[in-house]
Amino acid sequence: MCTVCGCGEGEVNIEGEAHAHPHTYTLVHERQQGSLVHAHPHPGETPHGHDRENLHFGAGAAGAMAPGMSQSRMVQVEQDVLAKNDEYAAGNRLHFAEHGIFALNLVSSPGSGKTSLLTRTIERLKGRIRVAVVEGDQQTSLDADRIRATGAPAIQVNTGKGCHLDAHMVGRALEKLSLQDGSLLLIENVGNLVCPAAFDLGEAHKVVILSVTEGEDKPLKYPGMFAEADMMLLNKMDLLPYLNFNVPLCIEYARRVNPYIKVILTSAVSDEGMGEWQEWIEAGLKQAAGQKVNEVDALKRRIAELEAALAAKGG
Amino acid sequence: MHEMSLAASVLELVENSAKVNGFSRVKTVWLEIGALAGVEAEAMRFCFEAVVKGTLAEGARLEIVATKGQGKCLDCGGSVFIEARYDPCSLCGGYRVEPAGGMAMRVKELEVE
Repeated sequence: MCTVCGCGEGEVNIEGEAHAHPHTYTLVHERQQGSLVHAHPHPGETPHGHDRENLHFGAGAAGAMAPGMSQSRMVQVEQDVLAKNDEYAAGNRLHFAEHGIFALNLVSSPGSGKTSLLTRTIERLKGRIRVAVVEGDQQTSLDADRIRATGAPAIQVNTGKGCHLDAHMVGRALEKLSLQDGSLLLIENVGNLVCPAAFDLGEAHKVVILSVTEGEDKPLKYPGMFAEADMMLLNKMDLLPYLNFNVPLCIEYARRVNPYIKVILTSAVSDEGMGEWQEWIEAGLKQAAGQKVNEVDALKRRIAELEAALAAKGG
Repeated sequence: MHEMSLAASVLELVENSAKVNGFSRVKTVWLEIGALAGVEAEAMRFCFEAVVKGTLAEGARLEIVATKGQGKCLDCGGSVFIEARYDPCSLCGGYRVEPAGGMAMRVKELEVE
């Protein structure tokens, strides 16, 4: 099993490329070569049996052994379990800030209409704003194919048995996308209202998409995700007349979990709310361009802090 | 399901600590899980057991230290304990409670030899 994503061995790959090599090298080996900003091919990489086109996030059991003492003793660790992911996320965030990229992490249950909403969004922005997409799914490149049909560059990350994207996967996908400055990056997470909440990808905002064909009580049933999101798109509004869905109650539930969450009612079919959604994106892009200068120094300091904290604990 | 990758991250922290502190076997891991961390203790146990097979932590005992969720009420300004993110403020009944603690999961301490 991959020790990074928890997927079965050989399950994770980007854009359907063969995952041909055995998981024989250790996690430490992988991590030492991983670039925080993911902007370069891994220099000085020890050959380990796969061509450099293959991206994968697994590693065999590290089985690190050190000559130890036979006597039982206590060791203080005091370290956050998500520290490594947060370090990669900070690297992604720095990359976005340096290049004025506005990145959104789109999360929802399967079937909420995320991909249709994305293709419609891309069509509306076409010719004015550069958009690129990272598509996360357990299997197939069907969604990336749909995005590419709009003319936007897209890269599929297959997580295998994994249930979420993590910051390292996104960083590796960024290497392949070579985004231009001032781009909009839409990261479509694995359809899952639970696990992706825990993993920061370096995005500016998480956007949760809930469709009116689901229950209005989803924000209470899956509070973690709604608590993490800054924006909720209540989607498939064109179907509302045929359904028994209480829109104000749904919004009230979402605000119980997250008093600050913004809400837009959308439909990729009727175009309802798409103008407001587009304006929100454009405001974010403008802000990202402005922050480009201001944020870079602050983020560099943050990364230095995280690295120091990890180094102190033996990361 | 994401408990599996979290368990793998716990193992990674343990292995890094082994390099720094020079030990070859882990007997007990104390793991703090906040009530608002989105982590299920029982799922964590199951995944931890699976992930540590064949490593220096095989067979290690997992001691889970549960910490309470804390919130700050935006309506009355009170600091309260909450069990879930949708809990109302126990002082004023309002729902605008912002999580203020118990959101993290940390490896606290190890018993090693």
